[in-house]
Amino acid sequence: MVSTNQNMIRQNRLNLVVRNLLLACAVLTVFITAGIILSLVLNTFSFFGEVSVWSFLTGTEWTPLFANPQYGVLPLIAGTLLVTVCAALIALPLGLFSAIYLSEYAHPTTRKLLKPVLEILAGIPSIVYGYFALNLITPTLQNLIPQTEIYNAASAGIAMGIMIMPMVCSLSEDALSAVPPGMKHGGYALGANKLEVVLGISIPQAFSGIVSSFVLAVSRAIGETMIVTVAAGARPSLTLNPLVSVQTLTSFIAQASSGDNAHGTTSYYALYAVGMLLFLITFSMNILAHHIIRRRKEAMG
Amino acid sequence: MQGTDRLSRKRRRKNTMAHMMFAVSALLSILVLIILLADLIRRGAPYLNEAFFKNFPSRFAAKSGILPAMVGSVWIILLTAVIAIPIAIAAALYLEEYAPRNRFTNFIKINIANLAGIPSIVYGIFGLTVFVRTLGFGRSILSGALTMALLVLPVIIVSSQEAIRAIPDSLRHGSYAMGATKWQTIRRIVLPSALPGILTGIILAISRALGESAPLLMVGAFSYVSALPSGPMDSFIVLPVQIYTWMSKPSADFKDVTAAAILVLIVLLLTLNLTAIILRNKFHKTFE
Repeated sequence: MVSTNQNMIRQNRLNLVVRNLLLACAVLTVFITAGIILSLVLNTFSFFGEVSVWSFLTGTEWTPLFANPQYGVLPLIAGTLLVTVCAALIALPLGLFSAIYLSEYAHPTTRKLLKPVLEILAGIPSIVYGYFALNLITPTLQNLIPQTEIYNAASAGIAMGIMIMPMVCSLSEDALSAVPPGMKHGGYALGANKLEVVLGISIPQAFSGIVSSFVLAVSRAIGETMIVTVAAGARPSLTLNPLVSVQTLTSFIAQASSGDNAHGTTSYYALYAVGMLLFLITFSMNILAHHIIRRRKEAMG
Repeated sequence: MQGTDRLSRKRRRKNTMAHMMFAVSALLSILVLIILLADLIRRGAPYLNEAFFKNFPSRFAAKSGILPAMVGSVWIILLTAVIAIPIAIAAALYLEEYAPRNRFTNFIKINIANLAGIPSIVYGIFGLTVFVRTLGFGRSILSGALTMALLVLPVIIVSSQEAIRAIPDSLRHGSYAMGATKWQTIRRIVLPSALPGILTGIILAISRALGESAPLLMVGAFSYVSALPSGPMDSFIVLPVQIYTWMSKPSADFKDVTAAAILVLIVLLLTLNLTAIILRNKFHKTFE
């Protein structure tokens, strides 16, 4: 009897130890976020000791390696925006249309063929899309429009669009398939055809899911690094012309960290200020996307 | 009557055109994949011989090989897995089996979702700051693997959570009814049943780590290594970074070598994903 009791006490103690170990691992994820934010914030402070926040956010020249360095981030934002808009123009319509096709039109056999293709496209590393942009898209663009530069925002944007398209498609498809069939059948019973049901019932019902898939995809495009580093060039320019070389927030970070940037200089800390900005942009977009989904779930009960 | 007829014809035409547009958009993805693969095979296939796998990178395209890159990738993947998998499964177990439904648990869950959305380059900045500089691990395999482990952690946690959640409560209740404690139930019933699902997540995380280049470029995968790494503190290069280095060279020969290396990377990734799909199907069958 005593030994069973001891055994039980031992088991209880073990259970408690295990529980706390597992808890520690879960809490570790919070520390990771805190660590990431802290490492960005501390070094960003060092940067803003030398450069004013105002001139960083509103300056139109980004020349950290010049003799008289300027740290205006607008050219990097313009570059990021240009590439992201190109990517969104490709990915959002194509992704949504594919999702509509898969959830409303496609024959089960076609679905079985298309789904793995989309999964493969989603699993191809971004560096490969960089190759695609540089060696296939840019030459094609140069054939169509001869003044296209070798490194340009459009090629990178198109490749990025292809990369994030499967993400838009699969998230939108989830939203579309969650529309209750009864609602669609109601539409058909009133004499609507397929397109009218899609436009009048499915899309409005799945709207918040579709919007959040757009937000997540755009946030992913803003944070994507390798495609722009390989194919968009490295010249910060405040331009709206997608056919010239630009630098984005991410490609600056990649370039600055791999170069011989002396530790402790202003141009070294610039990396953190840009990283902080990138983090804030993508973080708020992700929060927004989750918020949209959650509000929808609450509304649906 | 004629008006209605024209209207219905117009509606039907719009319907058909929309159908075509949606189908063409969807089939476009197949076309893109074929174009990409065809180009890679056309350029890269001639370079795929035994020497390509046994050689070091060279100034001459014809003599270049991916041996250091392959060895480096294996090092990074193994070390990343050793670091990330236990922590991720533990966190998932806590969230699914122990965590009370309160604000703190909710906060952890939202935090994990947000971690998954942080761009990989930001993990690179963190790795460079903390592992390479502050902790002094330098531009080593260890710094790279630690950075990569943080990156894949949320991926494995979320997929493990799903796998654990899919285990029916009746199995747990059966175990409790036999007098087992909570930990015994988890260790002998929950974990073994959820294993195929957890493995699927791990494989997908590994394939993510295998293709990732931006953070490793930051924590210092070198563009040239003269010797194969033999320990976690050695310098390294991985396959995607090797691809990046070759891609930056202007000569046409190196374009072909790049394509060959990409082919190797894609074949590895496809193999991993295929394994994951097979495992997933097996797992779903067990609980249907």
